This record gives sequence, C-alpha cells and structure tokens, in this order.
Amino acid sequence: MAVKRREFCKLAGVSALALAGGSASAPGAAAEANETDKLIGEPIVGNRWAMVVDLQACRKEEGCRDCIVACHSTHNVPAIDEPKEEVKWIWKEHFAEAFPNQQHEYLAHDLQHEEVLVFCNHCDSPPCTRVCPTQATWKRDDGIVMMDWHRCIGCRYCVAACPYGSRSFNWRDPRPYIDEINADFPTRSRGVVEKCTFCDERLAQGRMPACVEACKDKCLVFGDLEDPGSEVRRLLEKRHAVRRKPGLGTQPEVYYLV
Amino acid sequence: MIEKALTGGRGYWTWITFLLAMIAAGAYCYLLQLNNGLTVTGLSRDVTWGFYIAQFTFLVGVAASAVMVVMPYYLHNFKVFGRITILGEFLAISAVAMCMMFILADLGQPGRAFNMILHPSPRSILFWDMIVLNGYLVINVVISRVSLTAERRGEAPPAWTRWVILLSIPWAISIHTVTAFIYSGLAARPFWMTAILAPRFLASAFSSGPALLILICLILRRVTKFDAGWEVIQRLAMIVTYAVLINIFFVLMEFFTAFYSAIPEHIEHFKYLYVGLEGHGELVPWMWLSAALVLLAAFVLLNPHLRGRQGPLTFACVAVVVSIWIEKGLGMIVTGFVPSPLGHVTSYSPTLPEVLITLGIYGVGALLITIFYKVTLSLRGEVEA
Amino acid sequence: MNDKGRIVLGLLAFLVLITFPVWYNLVSGQDSRPPEVELPTDETRCVADREFMRTEHMQLLMDWRDAVVRDKQRIYTTEDGRQFPMSLAGTMHTHDGGSCMSCHANKDKFCDRCHDYLSVTPYCWDCHVEPKGEQ
Repeated sequence: MAVKRREFCKLAGVSALALAGGSASAPGAAAEANETDKLIGEPIVGNRWAMVVDLQACRKEEGCRDCIVACHSTHNVPAIDEPKEEVKWIWKEHFAEAFPNQQHEYLAHDLQHEEVLVFCNHCDSPPCTRVCPTQATWKRDDGIVMMDWHRCIGCRYCVAACPYGSRSFNWRDPRPYIDEINADFPTRSRGVVEKCTFCDERLAQGRMPACVEACKDKCLVFGDLEDPGSEVRRLLEKRHAVRRKPGLGTQPEVYYLV
Repeated sequence: MIEKALTGGRGYWTWITFLLAMIAAGAYCYLLQLNNGLTVTGLSRDVTWGFYIAQFTFLVGVAASAVMVVMPYYLHNFKVFGRITILGEFLAISAVAMCMMFILADLGQPGRAFNMILHPSPRSILFWDMIVLNGYLVINVVISRVSLTAERRGEAPPAWTRWVILLSIPWAISIHTVTAFIYSGLAARPFWMTAILAPRFLASAFSSGPALLILICLILRRVTKFDAGWEVIQRLAMIVTYAVLINIFFVLMEFFTAFYSAIPEHIEHFKYLYVGLEGHGELVPWMWLSAALVLLAAFVLLNPHLRGRQGPLTFACVAVVVSIWIEKGLGMIVTGFVPSPLGHVTSYSPTLPEVLITLGIYGVGALLITIFYKVTLSLRGEVEA
Repeated sequence: MNDKGRIVLGLLAFLVLITFPVWYNLVSGQDSRPPEVELPTDETRCVADREFMRTEHMQLLMDWRDAVVRDKQRIYTTEDGRQFPMSLAGTMHTHDGGSCMSCHANKDKFCDRCHDYLSVTPYCWDCHVEPKGEQ
C-alpha cells in the first residue's frame, strides 16, 4: 500500500511537470470528483453554508439510510450497541420530536409517522459555541460550526446548551466499535464531543458533503445562502421551509421543506 | 502549624484512617474511569451531567455560605461570630477544593483542563466560574492563613486583611451567582432557564451552609474542647430559618409559573420530579423526601422552643442539609435533561464507581477540614492554656 | 550518635535508588544505545531539513493541526517552495508529496523507534489512523 502511494505521488509529480503546471486548479470538479483521485483539489468556498432537506422527497423511500451510512462510515462514527452511549451525527427522529412546536392531534397522515432527518443545524447564533470554555467548537466565517477534537476537554457544556440534541459524547474508546475504519479521516478518542461538521474536509477538496452525495433522491441540497443563484436559495424561494425550534433565536441553517 | 495535625488520640486517627480508606477507594475508581472513559458512570447521551456536577453545585453553595458568618462580624460588628469566622473560611476552602475536584472528575479529557487557561473564552460561563472559584479559594486561603498566624502570635491580624475579607463578601455571592448562570442562560433547557435560579441557589446555599456549620460546631463541642457558644449557634439557626423559608417560597414560585402557564415544556420537568414521566420516576421518592424534610425543618426552626433545644435543632439542620442536597443536587441537575431536547425520557442513576469517586472526593474535603480544624483548635488550646 | 548507623544506611539506600537508571540497564542487559530509524528509501527530502525536524517536528505538527482545523489552511509551503498537505496520516497529496505517513509509512521502524526509547507516547494515534506499514 505504502509503496503504491509513493509511486503514485511521483507519477503525479511527473505528470504535473509534463502538463506544464496548472493542474492544481481543477475548478467545478465538485460533484464529479473521482473517488480514487487523491490529489488535493480546490476547496468549495462559501459565505453562509446551509442545507435544505426535502422531506417530501425523503418520504418516498421508507427505511432508507443511505445518507446516515455514508456519513457515519466516512467519518468513522462508532456504532455503539448501548443506546445510552450511542454516537450519531445524523439520524431520523419522528416528526413530533424534531418539530415539537408543530405537533398537533390531527397532523397530516403522512407526517404522523414520518421520520425526519436531523443533524447539527450549524446555527447562525449557536448557543453551543457561546458556552465552550476552550473554543473547541466555534463558528467559522463560512457558517460551519466546527469541532476541534484536539482541544476539547470533554466538559459537555455544549451538549447541555444544544437545543436540538445534535451532539454526542464519546463515553468510551470508539475504535472497537468502528466496522471499517476510513484511513482518510481520523477517529476520535474517548472523552470528546462530536457532531456533524458539514463535511468541512470534503468541502476543502471541492466535494459535496457525504450525505448530499449519497442521497439517490437528491433530498439533501447543500449550498451558499449568500449566493443568490444557488440551489438552496432557489428552493427556499419556491417552497415553504420550516426550521427546528425557531423561537429560541438560534437561527438554524438547516431548512426543512415539509 | 501543620505538625499539630499529626498528633491526636485514637478517635482522631480512626477518623483519619477511615477518610484515607475512602479516598483510596475513590482514587482506584477514578483510575478505572481514566482508563475506560466516563462509561463507568450512569451518564448517557441524554443525561450528560449527573452526580459529579450535582455535588459541585451543592458544594459551591456551601462555600458561598461562609459569607453568612463573615458578613455579620465584619460589616455589622456582630462580635459573637468572631470565634467561628475562621471555621467558616476553612469550610469554604474545603468546599471550593471539592468543587474543583468534582469538575475535574467529570471531564472527559482532564489532562487538557489547562486549555481553559491557554484559550480563555470570556463568553463561556464556565470560564468565569473557573476565575471566581479560584479567586475565592485564594482569598480564603490568604485570610485564614494570615489570621491563624496572627492568632498564634497573639496579635491582631494586619489591617489589610480587612479589605480582603470585605472583598470576600460580594465574591461569595458571585461564585454562586456565576454557577447559577451556567444553567440559567441555556435556551435549550427550559427547566433551568429561569431568572429565579440564581436567587434559589443563594437561598438554598444560605440554608444548607450555616446548617452545616451548626452541625460542625455541635460535633466539635462533642469531640474537642471547643465550644462556639449557644448564642452563636442560635444566631446561625436564625439565619437558617429565614433562608429555609425564602427557599420554600422560591420553590413554590417555580411551581406556580410552570403549572399556571400550562406550558408542557415547563410542566414536564416538574412532573418527572414529583409524579414521574412516561414511566420514569426514579427521583420521585427522593423529591418527596426532600419536601417532607424541609417542611419538617421549617416547622422546627419556626418554633423557638424547638429551635432552642439541641435535639430538635440538630434534626432540623440535618434535615435541611439532606433536603437541599437532594433538591439542588440530583433534583436540579438531572431534571434539566429530562425530557431531552428531542422529548426523550432517559433515566439516570449513579453507578458504584461514580458513588465511590464522589465519596473519595468528599473524603479529601473532610480530610482538609479535619486538618484545618485540628491545627486551629490545637492552636487555640495552646493560646488559651 | 545512636543514629549514625541508620543515617549511613539511609544514605546508601538513597544512592542505590538515585542511580537506578544507570545500573539497572547494565544489569538487565538492555540496549541503551540510541535508536536507529529506518528512513524511506525513495524520498530523501522531508518538508524541512533533518536537524529542524529532529527538534521541531512536534511543534510543526501542532502548528499544522491548528492551521488545518482552525484556519482552513491545508497546504504547507517549504522553504524551497515545495508544497505538501498538512496531514499526518491521510492519503491526500499534492504534486510534491503527501502526508508524513505517505513516506514514513512504517510507524514501528520510524516514529516508534525514538519514541519508545525516550518513553514518549504521543496521543496522535488515539485518533489518527496508522498506516498499515510495509508488509
């Protein structure tokens, strides 16, 4: 494995020289990124990343977990059998639990049993980053609420502060609970909090988040809200979107098309 | 002066041995926790703070209550408290030390605790808690060391200590207010996000702290030659009485706003505490016990004939301490997480390692207090000889 | 004067204990020569020269991790203009090279040699995935 990598490095270097430079700029390779191409690509840059979840489209496939599997396998999220200690970045909750303010007795039939995809909302005014005593979690200028697993002391104040239950703590060493470790992404150690990071490492390579890429029905749309031509803006203009617990002032950046 | 803690009778060494054994058991369990992670506790993805943070919350109150002894003496010239101010300060030191140990015990990566200083985060209340707790510790260590040294020499303490002591008064209020702010600013937890949380904390601190001090004075009367005096104890009992009444009043205020507004988000937590929620009722018997104890204590304390007798007073003080330990510790912390932001009800109860680590830390606190009091009282025994 | 024997005994015990690291290795036959690391065979230049890396690689890695995680910077430019991804063990690469582990693929024969000798246990590998190394 190592020898092959080194040879590939050399080959890549020679090819670059042969092509007389400029191959580092591979713009727009986002959706078409080659799975085997490990050359560092150009990052996708945005000012205000947001996700639109089309619940109508998501409803079509019952029991589908493609996005969850993609996310958890890409990021080495452990599958802990003890429900009290589970670690999850993206999962499904019942409508009544994801949207407690929208719940009523005569809820539309298809919403009653509906399972809604939930994950970190990357709020504009995140309570979790406000309370972190080491700034191990902070809001980046591109909108992503990021995690620094080197710095986290595991105080779990952010878990207490999150109104959406998006964060998980590593109660034990996660390594034994990861089926197949993805060598391209670190695991976490025990004693730190983790959550969805909008795949910042993939964005840096010019690729869409893993869940977005994995969804066959294109239910997840990721884009820059400050780009008026983006798909997310287009969707929000066309259809009514709700956010979770809007009254708390967190300004979540995950919009649900009900 | 420490050498005074190294001499003592059989009772003394039995007590010390007992404490050391408790500390050793706690240390062993903590090693288990360091090696395996916080999975050895009963905490879960939904209930992320439990026994350790509950003890921390309770003990910050005990630490702050030293002000109830310091303030009458230094601000209002209430001379009678003069003999026990130092006991209050030592209690505060021990309580603050235990608070910090409980926080460290609760961390997932305690080796990185220094990150809080390397990367200061003034928007985080935990940062300010670290500042005020350490500041209070320094203040109390300085005051008690200087006054004890002065007492040993038979002199009055230097004039500058008065300013430090005066500083400790608002500082004591601030440590518990800041601790309340840890909880009361979180929009995610409607049970905690109430303006009355800080006042509640202070009221319960000023009930449980002086009550504990009364109990300590009564114990000292038994096992040493030190007698704080019945007047001191009665005055402390007055403070406890008022504080208990205010505390009960505040709790009733909470009930009113929750149940009259009928907002499910607010009601559910109280339901979980007093009748159980969705089949989970682990805390119900504890909360009713706590309510019964505090009401009984209030009845005893309000009655001057009962308050004036050692037996009933002792019962009332024990009742107050236990009641508030339950209500502020488990009752307040765990309930903030039940139901979770997603409406799930997850039960929590501490595991054996968790309890042993807690007892171990209490053992360290008790050991500190024992050493402090032994030194102080031996000194006074000398001086008064 | 009665304690002279005890004092001498105590001093001897102290000397024995304080020189423990010296005589224990000799007695147990442990090899205390400095470790020899196995360098990669086809690459001769690292991101910096040997002396710098020997003394500063820890600081370099810490700077890199803050740059990547906190500052969104992923490319490191060496003094002589080569570019590398700031990565310990990933498989991403630039035209000049890849992560540390892409060249120093055998952690046992490279990193661990010195670390074990000095009883250093960096916790990087708690999270970062070790490469399989040369089979």
